[in-house]
Amino acid sequence: MNYKNICPNKGYFYPLLFILALAFTACTQSQSRNTGAKSYTKDYSKTKVFGEMVAELTAPPHVPPPVGNRPAMKLYMEMEITEEEMEMADGVSYLFWTFGGTVPGSFIRARVGDEVEFKIKNHPDNKLPHNIDLHAVTGQGGGAEASFVAPGHEKTFSFKLINPGLYVYHCATAPVGMHIANGMYGLILVEPEGGLPPVDKEFYVMQGDFYTEGRFGEPGLQPFDMQKAYDERPDYVVFNGSVNGLSGENALQAKAGETIRIFFGNGGPNLASSFHVIGEIFDKVYVDGGDQINSNVGTTLVPAGGAAILEFKADVPSNLVLVDHSIFRAFNKGALGILSVTGEENEKIFAGEIMEGIYLPEGSTIQKMPKDGNVVSPPVTMTKSELIDTGKKIYMQACFACHQANGEGVANAFPPLANADYLNADVNRSIDVLLHGLSGEITVNGKKYNSIMPSQQLKDEEVAAVLTYVYNSWGNNGSEVTPEMVNKRRKK
Amino acid sequence: MRKLILLMAGFFLISNASAQNNQMALIEGGNYTPLYGVGEQSETAVGDFYLDKLPVTYADFQEFVRNHSKWQKSNVTKLFADSRYLSNWENDLKAPANLMDKPVTMVSWFAAKAYCECQGKRLPTVDEWEYAAMASTSKRDSRSDSLYNVSILRSYEQPKTYMKTVGNSEANYWGVQDMHGMVWEWTQDFNSIILTGESRNNGNTDAGLFCAAGAIGAKDMMNYAAFMRFAMRSSLKANFSLTTLGFRCAKDAGPQNQLTFK
Repeated sequence: MNYKNICPNKGYFYPLLFILALAFTACTQSQSRNTGAKSYTKDYSKTKVFGEMVAELTAPPHVPPPVGNRPAMKLYMEMEITEEEMEMADGVSYLFWTFGGTVPGSFIRARVGDEVEFKIKNHPDNKLPHNIDLHAVTGQGGGAEASFVAPGHEKTFSFKLINPGLYVYHCATAPVGMHIANGMYGLILVEPEGGLPPVDKEFYVMQGDFYTEGRFGEPGLQPFDMQKAYDERPDYVVFNGSVNGLSGENALQAKAGETIRIFFGNGGPNLASSFHVIGEIFDKVYVDGGDQINSNVGTTLVPAGGAAILEFKADVPSNLVLVDHSIFRAFNKGALGILSVTGEENEKIFAGEIMEGIYLPEGSTIQKMPKDGNVVSPPVTMTKSELIDTGKKIYMQACFACHQANGEGVANAFPPLANADYLNADVNRSIDVLLHGLSGEITVNGKKYNSIMPSQQLKDEEVAAVLTYVYNSWGNNGSEVTPEMVNKRRKK
Repeated sequence: MRKLILLMAGFFLISNASAQNNQMALIEGGNYTPLYGVGEQSETAVGDFYLDKLPVTYADFQEFVRNHSKWQKSNVTKLFADSRYLSNWENDLKAPANLMDKPVTMVSWFAAKAYCECQGKRLPTVDEWEYAAMASTSKRDSRSDSLYNVSILRSYEQPKTYMKTVGNSEANYWGVQDMHGMVWEWTQDFNSIILTGESRNNGNTDAGLFCAAGAIGAKDMMNYAAFMRFAMRSSLKANFSLTTLGFRCAKDAGPQNQLTFK
């Protein structure tokens, strides 16, 4: 046909194509090196299975043993759904709906290519029908329809795992939000061929937000509050089903030097998690639980219904703090857990406190507080002895640290106030020092001092009191300083 | 002759109505919008009917199986009741003594239906049940009353309410008790609205239901409670006998129906 017309520059075209292809190959190669991706194009739907076994499911924070090098197999697993009252926080309980009796539900571990026969059992005492939607499953509703089961019944369905990764599963029975809000979620890990690289410790942690009639900490059995759930105003944001889910006796344990892998999921129902471990850096994050690996990450975002695999080495002994770095959730709603790392200190990595010093910002004006022009303090008239009494208290708070209890000061650093010629020579100068601070070289009782005294944030009465106290102690000249005198100097 | 029939019909109506006074309440019909109704033609008409004031108890059902041996647990046709049917009974004739005044559960739809028919009654339809259940103690339709809705939702969450004694809760506007917070109840057409196991699917025949789900707003708390009931019903098969599922009977009201019944 008109082939020649369409492609008139045929001579140039082929080399160009070749270069393009080369560039493309190079590009994809480097990409796969960066991400460690090697499996996303492979079709596992036809992977043969060899043999069968009953899969072990574990309660959080534990995970079943790795798949290692085993071939794809036929796996049998069972999960019981319960509706039971459990602890949400100290003195607070909640009617949780669970997969396997825990929140989050039992951890499922399998290998890509595995064929799973899954039995779901709805306890006869339960009031509601339930089901399971596994995000790792390809098929109608992730199995939700096939697993829909009335109380006192069980259902078996099967599926083949054709995508590796870490996935959330959850209940998807109407009202879906309520079933998830009551704790019906968990994680299923589908390991790639050959398994994930070995590490020393693996943990299973999941975040969830809860909506209760009573506010955070209000004791007793707290009913679910549908309105708050709708408004996305949780009272609790917790790891592993309760405020104490990962602290106290539930704290995760590891030894310094161990490599740690956390399978982290977010059940929601509403909030995305800004997951962070205080005192560590993730060496690796399998972003969204998929093939892409990010390195050297501080905080990673995990959406509701999403998951991530986090790896790091616990280099030094410390209490690592797991938080949702949307930080009010951590300190006010419970999203805080502990990974306790014990073992030998490594001062090359973390030396701890080396020294403590007193921090004195330069210049006298830095520490001035903004003036509040509207506040009028009532005039207080104090006798000299009252001034001395009050002044002593102020001295012990404001001056004592440097000038010492008996005004002796600290040699070469802080000048003495006891029997001090510099002090006794000029009352107004003393007032100015308190109001505005003092820096530069001065001579007191024949010794030179070159240091900084910051201005003191004291009221006129307080300056008067503390100076009167000082002038009437330790052999000084007994001057009396009144608030009026201070006020006069302040206005200069 | 015609006069006589009318007279007889009238007489029957009166005697029948008075006979129901003790155990059944007359529910005046009306229009209501079911959970799954959307759009303008969503209102459903419910005619007048009678409804048992209380759920059927173990004592009631014990009497029934004593008179109808084919519904005794060892005789029941397996097609009509699963293996949990009356499984907590001491024997064919004896219900657990401590449960006599509790709502009977672990009965299949077939058994519940047979029970009602033997009383000259029937199971209520979903619409009838929902219509009667939207009444609070003071109003025929309390679905806009958020406190009422919250209390229903709360009662659904409580475990083991099937162990409660019937007749202790406050009667609703119609004089009916224990519709919420005790046991789920069989309805005649429980499976006519299928809330599929996949509750988020909105592309098929259940579109109405799911659109309603999509339209749920902050003020439609009643819908959440209703959703739980509809989800429950759609998980059932007629031979299921559940720990948390009982029933009560209904009966038509209205002259022509009374005659048909006769």
